[in-house]
Amino acid sequence: MPQTAAIQLSNLRFRWRQGLPEVLNISELEVARGERVFIRGASGSGKSTLLALLAGVNLPTNGEVNILGQAISQLNGSRRDHFRSDHIGFIFQLFNLIPYLSVLENVALPCRFSRSRRLNATRSGNTLHDEARRLLEHLGMADDDLIHRPVTELSVGQQQRVATARALIGAPEIIIADEPTSALDSDMRQLFIRLLFQECERTGSTLLFASHDKQLESLFERHITLEKINRIGQELG
Amino acid sequence: MAILSLAFKSLLNRRFTASLILLSIALSVSLLLGVERLRVESRNSFANTISGTDLVVGARSGAINLLLYSVFRIGDATNNISWSSYRSIADHPKVAWTIPLSLGDSHMGFRVLGTNRDYFLHYRYSSKRRLSFHAGGPFEQVYQTVLGYEAAKALNYRIGQRIVIAHGTGKTSFTLHEDKPFEVVGILNPTGTPVDRTVHVPLEGIEAIHQGWIAGRQLAGLQISAEQALERDLTPKALTAFLVGLKSKLATFQVQREINDYRKEPLLAILPGVALQQLWDLMSVAENALLVVTALVVTIGLVGMLTVMLAGLNERRREMAILRSVGARPRHILLLVTGESLLLSLVGIAIGLLLLYGGLLVAQPYVESHFGLYLPITLPAPREWFMLGLVGTSGLLIGLIPGYRAYRYSLADGMNIRI
Repeated sequence: MPQTAAIQLSNLRFRWRQGLPEVLNISELEVARGERVFIRGASGSGKSTLLALLAGVNLPTNGEVNILGQAISQLNGSRRDHFRSDHIGFIFQLFNLIPYLSVLENVALPCRFSRSRRLNATRSGNTLHDEARRLLEHLGMADDDLIHRPVTELSVGQQQRVATARALIGAPEIIIADEPTSALDSDMRQLFIRLLFQECERTGSTLLFASHDKQLESLFERHITLEKINRIGQELG
Repeated sequence: MAILSLAFKSLLNRRFTASLILLSIALSVSLLLGVERLRVESRNSFANTISGTDLVVGARSGAINLLLYSVFRIGDATNNISWSSYRSIADHPKVAWTIPLSLGDSHMGFRVLGTNRDYFLHYRYSSKRRLSFHAGGPFEQVYQTVLGYEAAKALNYRIGQRIVIAHGTGKTSFTLHEDKPFEVVGILNPTGTPVDRTVHVPLEGIEAIHQGWIAGRQLAGLQISAEQALERDLTPKALTAFLVGLKSKLATFQVQREINDYRKEPLLAILPGVALQQLWDLMSVAENALLVVTALVVTIGLVGMLTVMLAGLNERRREMAILRSVGARPRHILLLVTGESLLLSLVGIAIGLLLLYGGLLVAQPYVESHFGLYLPITLPAPREWFMLGLVGTSGLLIGLIPGYRAYRYSLADGMNIRI
């Protein structure tokens, strides 16, 4: 059986509401499994909107979004939520963690909501917290002292690594990172991305990395500039 | 389950506000139950103002009127009953004992009750509890008196002191029986009944102080000293009422009918339990008003919770968005926020119960000794469980309001983190 693409868009159009102007108009986009894609776009270019469509949070006005061979618009709201929590891990810009949970609980959080990710995470016979600890170790957060600290006392870089471990736990097929490095200094960014690559490689996850930071672009094998594929942006430009 | 443990941790993280909400719910719950307990117990104690007495007999009037003046010493008798009628009923073969009651005088606002020593022997209140003495003992001579606990306490009287009885029942009376003072020989323990506010004297004492009086006035120039009075025949000519104990309860209705049909004098015999119930029903409005007020207090506690939860919601939109991004569905968000309210209500109820029982333990001896009201420490009654259930359910329903708002937010925000 030929493997389906991780992400495949065709004739995608999106407007927030009837009567408002279109925000996105993308004729074609395909991302293969295991690919690491850098999505570049200035703020306001519709990056976050595109990511929300890929995640199935919003549905396209026209066209189709296929994730892992599944047409997202054919799922109802609750099935979409299930699908997302099973297959997609998220990393956001800043303050990604739940303040009242411990580091390990934060990392294990997706497994509370997704059975398949819980099964993936515990497949090797590990407990969830063992698996969380293992991921943190890979991301350079092995220190017991760090792990037992309240998450609000971690540095921004440490917080982002915890958020990354959370996105990776249970090996979701797709990792969506929305400006995850914008709060880090440039040394930390390089390190962070290297660690992220390593882990995506290990789990075979597809990585979509949205940023406006050109310096990071060269680290990725594939670049997409949103302004180029989005016809709306071209018209405006 | 997973969501409820999240709710718990989230509350723990906001322990200061959470404990304030808990405090207000716990206090209002303990107030609600406390008032309910007091209500039930004072009702019981009211119904037990007099017990063991099968019939109360007085001149013919209304049942509640007779009860009011004979047992509660409120108001006045419409008429007296003659000594001979009393004797003939007291000698009825089915009657075990009687307690004669003669009212009409007072001491510093407290009613004076003329009776005999059978009063201390047969009078029962609450669940067949008999009168006991705080100090001293029953009267033995004509010019002796036994005070109820409250009367003695309010007037600061001790054994051996002499008191003067006033004619009539007003608080300030201009006609005093100054020439015939009574010696305090006994003070009763508190009972929580009108006995506490009564000054008891022998029937003969009542008779003695009224020697030389006709129609409520002292006859001019007819001074009869205390010693002279003792030499006269002090058998009373009339009584206000009397209590009857029967040898067998089965005869109650028969004897009641016989007394009501008594030929020589129009008499009325009532069953005190029935009349007490009727009287209490008159007061149920006040009782319900009290309950309504405490229900409002609980409502205020819950509305306080609603306010805090709603106010905190906006700051928590980020938290909701993060939860959504890790796979929480909108209904999980609803459950999280509503679960927090439910947890707060349930823990509040539990603490409220602890407060109630703690309060009961502390207050029980005090309330009993000062108000004669015994508060039993028992498990919540079905009605109290029902109230608690109602509070819990209201907490849940109220929690649905912020829950629903969070649900709407999480639908609208999706995973967009708003600061």
